[in-house]
Amino acid sequence: MKKAILGLIGLSLLGGAVTAMASPESDRQETIKYFTTKYPNIKIEDYVYGALAFDADSKAQYDAIMEFPPYEAVLDKGKKMWETPLKSGKTYASCLPNGGKNIAGNYPYFDDKAGKVVTLEDALNACRVANGEQAYKPADNATLGVLTAYMRTLSDGMLMNIKVEGPKALAAYEDGKKTFYSRAGQLNFSCATCHVQNAGVRLRSELLSPVLGQTVHWPVFRGGDNLVTLQSRYVGCFKSVRHVSAPAGSEKLNNLEYFHSYMSNGMPMQASVFRK
Amino acid sequence: MRIIKLALAAGIAGMMVMASSAQAQQAPKKEETGKDIAFNRAKGNCLACHGMPTQPDAESTGLYGPPLIAMSARYPDKAKLRAKIWDSTVFNPNTSMPPFGKHKVLTEQEIDKVADFIYSL
Repeated sequence: MKKAILGLIGLSLLGGAVTAMASPESDRQETIKYFTTKYPNIKIEDYVYGALAFDADSKAQYDAIMEFPPYEAVLDKGKKMWETPLKSGKTYASCLPNGGKNIAGNYPYFDDKAGKVVTLEDALNACRVANGEQAYKPADNATLGVLTAYMRTLSDGMLMNIKVEGPKALAAYEDGKKTFYSRAGQLNFSCATCHVQNAGVRLRSELLSPVLGQTVHWPVFRGGDNLVTLQSRYVGCFKSVRHVSAPAGSEKLNNLEYFHSYMSNGMPMQASVFRK
Repeated sequence: MRIIKLALAAGIAGMMVMASSAQAQQAPKKEETGKDIAFNRAKGNCLACHGMPTQPDAESTGLYGPPLIAMSARYPDKAKLRAKIWDSTVFNPNTSMPPFGKHKVLTEQEIDKVADFIYSL
């Protein structure tokens, strides 16, 4: 009997340890469970539409706008950037896996050799530097934004496929998770305050988008052809809660993007979309 | 040491003079009411999260928090209402509400005015 009790205590301790070291996959499943329990009528595949999934009128307006997207000229510009050879004569396609097609869902990934998270923008900049060009400013809307707006269309429909393997990758993921759930700024909000706790709820007249499916469609075109990259949006969010943001391309925001993207695993990439 | 203290005192006195002259310059401006502060997007911005069903000009209100109505019945003790505005996390660690006093989003006087206004709803 005593042994059995000790065994039970041992098991429960083990259980506690497992909970404390929640895996990225259990985090994702728990987040899905949170949303599907709270909003049983919203299909999981509709989360890629962000806040539009919560409002049929907004979704109808979006569908109408997407028939003739107002930002086609920007995508054409991005296509030209993508196809123009770099100084070495090589193209972006030649220095990325699979010619740059159906790969966006693999980013960000953890580079074990470099010991850090590599975003798609980092990979494009590495490509530039290796081929005689200067790196673009991280998350810059006018350069990397335009280039990735086109480049990501080549991965349209690919399922988000972020991998967290090994202790260093897990540490980067955990760091991003910590940033996501920590309150910050004078207004004391965390990312989760709005995009988990209040996702689908109105702040003023705006519906807040859910964390699930949030990373599959960046950069977005807001209110027409105003392009915004994911990390410049992060900086904007921090500013909104009156917090001094870490700069775009910093380890902190790259780790945040790593965690954030993992939450959308299994959801189809939606390159270049309109958002309000 | 005494010289430093004197210099400090002089400096503080100087700042007070500056502050009072700045106030004097602003004097013609109408004093902000609790409602002004509550509705101001850069200050209370209460409407971002709360409806105010008894205020016809409370438009485009959010739903993060409960509607502010019958407040004197819900908060017989006005001090508790004020304390919630000052730092709501004391009452609910998971609240979305910014700690207006603790983080100095509003001054103590502004919080007094906002508390009076909310209490009247």
